[in-house]
Amino acid sequence: MNQVGRDIPRLEVRAKVTGRADYTHNLRLPGMLYGKVFRATVPHGRIRCIETGAARAVPGVQCVVTGEDIRKLIAEPYYGPAFHDQPILALDKVRHVGEPVAVVLASDPHVAEHAAQLIDAEYQELPAVYDEVAAMQPDIVVHDMLKPAGTFADLKHLKGRTGTNIALDFHLRRGDVDAALARAERVIEHTFKTQQCLHLAFEPFVAVADPGDGVLTIHTSNQTPSFVRTEIARLFGWPENRVRVKVPYLGGGFGAKVYVKLEALVSALALLVRRPVKIALTMEEQFYMITKHPTTFRIKSGVGKDGRVVARACEVYWNGGAYADIGPRVTQKSGFTAPGPYDIENINIDSYALYTNRTPAGALRGFGIPQLVWAYESHTDLIARELGIDPIDFRRKNILHQNRPQASGTPMTDAAIAKVLDAIAARLAWNKKLDRGSGTVRRGRGVAIGFKASISPTTSVAIVNVAADGSTTLYTSTVDMGQGSDTAFAQIAAEVLDFKAEDIRIVHPDTDVTPYDMGTLGSRSLFHMGNAVRLAAEDARAKLQALAAQAGLPEGTNYPPAEVFKKRFGMQAGNVIGAASFVPTYKSPDAQTGLSDNVTPFWMVGGAGAEVEVDTETGDVRVLRLVNAVDCGKPINPGVARTQLSGAAIMQLGFTLSEAMQLDAGQVTNASLADYKIPGIRDVPPMENELVEAEQHTGPFGAKGLGESGTFGVSPAIANAIHDAVGVRIMELPITAEVVFRALRAQQGRPLEDA
Amino acid sequence: MMRTINFTLNGQPVSTAIEPHRNLVELLQRFDLFGARESCGQGLCGCCTVLVDDMAVSGCLYFAVWVDGKSVTTVEHLDAEGSLSVVQQAFIDCGAFQCGFCTPGFVLMTHQLLKAYPNPSDDDIRHYLSGNLCRCAAYPEIIEAVKLAARR
Ligand code: FES
Ligand code: FES
Repeated sequence: MNQVGRDIPRLEVRAKVTGRADYTHNLRLPGMLYGKVFRATVPHGRIRCIETGAARAVPGVQCVVTGEDIRKLIAEPYYGPAFHDQPILALDKVRHVGEPVAVVLASDPHVAEHAAQLIDAEYQELPAVYDEVAAMQPDIVVHDMLKPAGTFADLKHLKGRTGTNIALDFHLRRGDVDAALARAERVIEHTFKTQQCLHLAFEPFVAVADPGDGVLTIHTSNQTPSFVRTEIARLFGWPENRVRVKVPYLGGGFGAKVYVKLEALVSALALLVRRPVKIALTMEEQFYMITKHPTTFRIKSGVGKDGRVVARACEVYWNGGAYADIGPRVTQKSGFTAPGPYDIENINIDSYALYTNRTPAGALRGFGIPQLVWAYESHTDLIARELGIDPIDFRRKNILHQNRPQASGTPMTDAAIAKVLDAIAARLAWNKKLDRGSGTVRRGRGVAIGFKASISPTTSVAIVNVAADGSTTLYTSTVDMGQGSDTAFAQIAAEVLDFKAEDIRIVHPDTDVTPYDMGTLGSRSLFHMGNAVRLAAEDARAKLQALAAQAGLPEGTNYPPAEVFKKRFGMQAGNVIGAASFVPTYKSPDAQTGLSDNVTPFWMVGGAGAEVEVDTETGDVRVLRLVNAVDCGKPINPGVARTQLSGAAIMQLGFTLSEAMQLDAGQVTNASLADYKIPGIRDVPPMENELVEAEQHTGPFGAKGLGESGTFGVSPAIANAIHDAVGVRIMELPITAEVVFRALRAQQGRPLEDA
Repeated sequence: MMRTINFTLNGQPVSTAIEPHRNLVELLQRFDLFGARESCGQGLCGCCTVLVDDMAVSGCLYFAVWVDGKSVTTVEHLDAEGSLSVVQQAFIDCGAFQCGFCTPGFVLMTHQLLKAYPNPSDDDIRHYLSGNLCRCAAYPEIIEAVKLAARR
């Protein structure tokens, strides 16, 4: 019925425009207590004592809970997807400012908040490390001992090291880089850096735990309900069926709300006090939960006479903050794409996940890729300039084509790199000369392209339930946080079953009801769960046909399901349940070389082109035009896909031009929307968004994920355009007017003194 | 120390006792209205937008007791007659949101915007809605939605 490819509005639009959409934020349960977290004020220190007496004495306070109280309930109260390194509340040591140390519980949130301010903690302060490169030395060690979690198949190789801040080091060796660099016509080397920034979903982290009677129910704003269930059950030593995790709509996620965030804390508290407990963070507290990795990337390339890159060496240092979260996977999964979408024979990659005394870092829309593209596409532009080759031509000469092996050895199949590049060049009318401005206002343009591997090996399970009247319900644990997964899955199931997408109902994640899914992250849902939904719908279709045969209906005729049920059961009765799992194949990278010919089930490709205007008197950068293009295969819902592309690009524009967490002696000094500037409606430049024509042959109806692809090229495209306009190169994000002005003054030989 | 306040809530006269430190968002939650949401808590994002005597206010910074004797309208009232408002429908038709957390604020501000500027230019829209933020960055679609609503 051509349900796929239709531009239908999201299924939940009415609930959202009327303010009635269900968010965890709205939930209140009878007898519920509110928790307010008391947080560490030092970046690194041994806990000497926690004074809670004054807080306990506040009328209305139910109790004050510290890490030691949690330890009485759970002997080893540490959690994490890669390492079991994060205590539910600080134990013995604190490792970053803002780390949860104690919680006040009260039935009035204001009382809890007031009482939390009366808690006092004393620490024996320890020296702290903030910089990822400095953390390579074991002078200051954040964790005495590392405890690998062993949960995920792709992280089974992590080691229990001591005396180091390196949570994971990933190394890839392909060809002979040293020899190729020695032979190269030119060797060019740069170091790029990115800043710490964060997701800032408008629904701040919130979770409610209901201790129940033998079954603990957790209502949470989380992207990984299945993981939460597994991890909470592990902490308590329970079977999974004693934990129920429910997730309604999310007010934004962007990778912040993956794995366990508040869930272990509210669960432990609810079991301690035997009452439901809710913790809802403030916007300020989000700055102490999870962030995006700051990075340092040293990149060195050898180039031949013909303008081909013959060798590339990449050293990437990921600043993971105090707890590893999913940083080790970022280090490895993103790490092997560090040389960029280029066909290079000799490659070395050394990628390090480091602990420091900052707010932890994890996944943020792109899973490390935007940090890498920032470096390799700035570097690519600089090489093209040095060689005097047009930057588009230089890229065309070097990009990976269909089925050529990427650095890891996995072929680039169904990755429309050349098409994305061509689309951007065409829209920018790259062949035409640009009006470069005059006087103090100069114009320039730049492009950048990037790519990403999807996550593997992972499992997604879907159930399609056709009721006796033919109406259909779809059960998945995918979380719709605005990306439109509910709608896309309805379209996929409807396409298979020959129904109308709008008539299919989606049941939101409830681990008592919806089957396992690895998580809503890394743009994996449309491909992985989308395939599971397609298979489950095919299963249901086959069962409906079997039912028709049993009912004696002639084969090949298309009876509506309601008639089939009626005929078979004599009335409106029965169900058909289609179910399926989707698990793509995977080969772990070789322990020695880091190579694998099957590291990902599909590739994402995204790029951007920018035209900018720079005011040489102020350093102010105005983006005159931003072109975004991605390969999303055959889009299931082009309208929703385009808004994903646009939203990702604007978000990345914030990370490019303004957003940065400011740190002073480990304290975040701009932890509010007033001081941390995200893009507003006036900051959106004229934009064009293009879904290039492509097909992912292994995807559901040719589709693949794209929620992150729009972020890839934005930052370097703008830096390249600034260079083009005024001849200065920015090596570190964000690119504020001050940064550009300082670079301009340095270029004129009149550098400004440091502030 | 409770204070009793009387006000009109979405067309109905109501009365309640509330402490003076609570804000308008908390007051509305007591009436099971969750469309006004506290996000930044600083008057910067507009997620908590509520109309008080037909003027948009930030519910996070507006004390509950201030509505005494006034008329309060929330997003939940816009379809009281059964059908969506023109603005709501335009937001749907233009896909002007993703997660939807900011949407009630944008919808209410757009109602006020269209009263002030029945035929707004892009600049009018950007200026008027600059006090509302959207982390999903549905801004281009929001601008389209406002223009569509104005045309209708
Ligand atoms: S919560 Fe009130 S303006 Fe942001
Ligand atoms: S739609 Fe998510 S914040 Fe606006």
